[in-house]
Amino acid sequence: MKKILGILSLLVFVFVATSFLSDVFLDSYNLENLLRRTALFGIISIGVAFVIITGGIDLSIGSVVCLVGCALPWMLTEQGVSVPVALAVIIAFSLAVGFIHGILITKVKLQPFVVTLCGLLLYRGITRGFTGDQSQGFGTDYKGLRELATGEVPIFGFDLPMPCIFLLVVAVLAGIFLNKTIYGRYLLALGNNEEAARFSGINVDRMVILAYVICALCSGLGGLLFVLDVNSAQPVDFGNFYELYAIAAAVLGGCSLRGGVGTIIGVVIGTALMQVLRNMIVLVDWIPTHIEYAIIGAVILAGVVADELLKKAVARRQASQS
Amino acid sequence: MSESPSENPALLEVRGIGKTFPGVRALGGVNLSLEKSQVLSLIGENGAGKSTLMKILAGVQPPDEGEILLDGKPVEIESTRDALDLGISLIHQELNLATNLSVAANVFLGREPLRGGFIDESKIKQESARFLEMVGLDVHPDTLVGNLTIGRQQMVEIAKALSVNSRILIMDEPTSSLSQAETKNLFIVIKDLRDRGVSVIYISHRLGEVKELSDHVTVLRDGENAGELGREEVNHEAMVRLMVGRDLSEYYERKDRPKGDLALKVNKLRTPVHPKHELSFSVASGEIVAVAGLVGAGRTEMLETLFGVTPALEGTIEVSGSEITIDSPISAIEAGIALAPEDRKQQGLVIDMTVRENLSLAALKRDQKQAGFLDISKEQEISDEMIKAMRVKTPNEDQVIRFLSGGNQQKVVLGKWLAMKPKVLLLDEPTRGIDVGAKSEIYTLMEELAESGVAILYVSSEMEEVLGMADRALVMHEGRITGELSRDELSEESVMRLATGAPGDDQAA
Repeated sequence: MKKILGILSLLVFVFVATSFLSDVFLDSYNLENLLRRTALFGIISIGVAFVIITGGIDLSIGSVVCLVGCALPWMLTEQGVSVPVALAVIIAFSLAVGFIHGILITKVKLQPFVVTLCGLLLYRGITRGFTGDQSQGFGTDYKGLRELATGEVPIFGFDLPMPCIFLLVVAVLAGIFLNKTIYGRYLLALGNNEEAARFSGINVDRMVILAYVICALCSGLGGLLFVLDVNSAQPVDFGNFYELYAIAAAVLGGCSLRGGVGTIIGVVIGTALMQVLRNMIVLVDWIPTHIEYAIIGAVILAGVVADELLKKAVARRQASQS
Repeated sequence: MSESPSENPALLEVRGIGKTFPGVRALGGVNLSLEKSQVLSLIGENGAGKSTLMKILAGVQPPDEGEILLDGKPVEIESTRDALDLGISLIHQELNLATNLSVAANVFLGREPLRGGFIDESKIKQESARFLEMVGLDVHPDTLVGNLTIGRQQMVEIAKALSVNSRILIMDEPTSSLSQAETKNLFIVIKDLRDRGVSVIYISHRLGEVKELSDHVTVLRDGENAGELGREEVNHEAMVRLMVGRDLSEYYERKDRPKGDLALKVNKLRTPVHPKHELSFSVASGEIVAVAGLVGAGRTEMLETLFGVTPALEGTIEVSGSEITIDSPISAIEAGIALAPEDRKQQGLVIDMTVRENLSLAALKRDQKQAGFLDISKEQEISDEMIKAMRVKTPNEDQVIRFLSGGNQQKVVLGKWLAMKPKVLLLDEPTRGIDVGAKSEIYTLMEELAESGVAILYVSSEMEEVLGMADRALVMHEGRITGELSRDELSEESVMRLATGAPGDDQAA
């Protein structure tokens, strides 16, 4: 809990500051939208957190989002595929992507960066190929299906966007998996020290493959909800940079790219912070919107520097005690 | 023990150097004196503090206390740069060369002469050729270092040290990976350098070499001076007496245990590292068997094959009478084999996780509830039980392993495996880097485990550990088991003779 206190107070600070700086920030329309974006990005951030905990990285998330986001309307509207079949194809594709990444990384022993960088290029290129680079959308159809992302659930007099329910389910499952099962413990152990994990009789390769499968599944689910939310997707830029938002949120939330460290609640808070920041940049008049990346970059950098310095101080204190 | 400096100040004088690492006092008030044109050998067992002392002189680590005098004047050595500027070069056991660069580029690495902003290639070639000649290395300066044999690479290191005008060369186990001919050549170079006025501090376990080379011998034991030997006093017995100084029996009482049934039987095992040799032996339950030999004899590789890290090419392994296939640590553990590896921090423990998490790591799979859920109460039980049984000194079970002393870390490794109730426990250098007090605790724990029926096979490079603990010893040399010694046959001489393969190789005395 102590670990996420810093990022949580930063979130509260940015939230309160923005509510003073902008008149519309606290409007229910804006808050709902903010929640929806946080939930959508939260799902893919939790996915990448598993990979980061193993000490790996997944750069292909945005392209998986793009492929799924374009393939769903393409299958439904242009190919006449039924909804259950389309969903099954998407799940199968996501599983396969994660599995292939995992196999290439553990058995062929390629670096995660290289494997998923190629994935980034491949899946977007494939998408632009089968769509003929044409925008894919649902038009006015599939309203019911789109409710999954656009719908709202009234809770305590507040309309909670549907994606929040998905995030809640994913986060709770992920939290249980990471903290209450032996597999979660294995992931943390091998992320810390793969060799020691192997010497303790852990099937390291299998666990790493599993992490990439979880990540790809979350990306697939994210892509599905993203496209249902916005109705149409451009193959050329749908999901662009989403992997970086996800990685940044995970890192802000306390995951170490060295592996072995991370909490699900931290990742969700990290995602929320990113989205509040982006919202602030759009809403506050005197912040030029086009410097969004610079501001987000600076905040992340400041966050991880502060975290590192804090960790060093703690380590020094502990070392001097023992 | 410090002999006060005579009329002329010594070239190098070390006074009262102390150094403490978390949990271990590596050096306590050590003195050392080196004259110009002298080969001084520094000997002592593993963990006696030789390497620490040399790292301090080379500026790799600062001392906690004491002073260093060069030509009678106190100096501060705070970095390797400082050491080099003072003319002190350390040649590591593992060479520090860029194998992808040429010999000349390596000799001048980090201080390349420039001409017009670019590296002056012709100058570094010319200059390096001069230093290569001094060390008798007949290779072209353009040769890639990676293409040279280890022995020749070492000469490049020495040439590099000479090129910075080193007056003091520190060599840490320089012959450990050299052939006999290369060793001979190294000695010629060392003697030649001495005649040119260079002083050498020579660290070695090989007493035969020490006897041949040294003008003076300084012996360390448990981080303190154990004695000095002048040129004519240097002989095998005197050195061993000062090194060992004390019997293992002083802090460890060996008991006789009844031998049980055969726990481990290895037949014609061939490891990937030494595929030419077949290994056959057996260990009974309740028996403590040592694997002795020099560094590089293939002992660690044998344990790793038995534990499935590097699966065997051929041969059979039987545990408690049934033949098993071991192709990964997972299958080894299932068969009842456990390994406490030599590199505790890298292989034995996840040092940024807690004591409890490490103790339970191997047992999680066995103790899991349905669907892979952790059995928290079982984990707690194991943690409490093992902290008590292994007498781990830790403030609490949530302490991160990193902050424990080496001895307590090793106890956690042992506890992790004891929780699995193994039939065969493999230990690789079980007391490396552990201070004397904790060592005796580890021995006692090994003894207790054996008494409870575990078969123990341990690799040790410390003679007293082999002689003091073992019911029986296997001795290895270059991938082969050269002999097996019963308790009665065990002696320093008998082990050394087998460990060196050729009788008398290290026992020139």
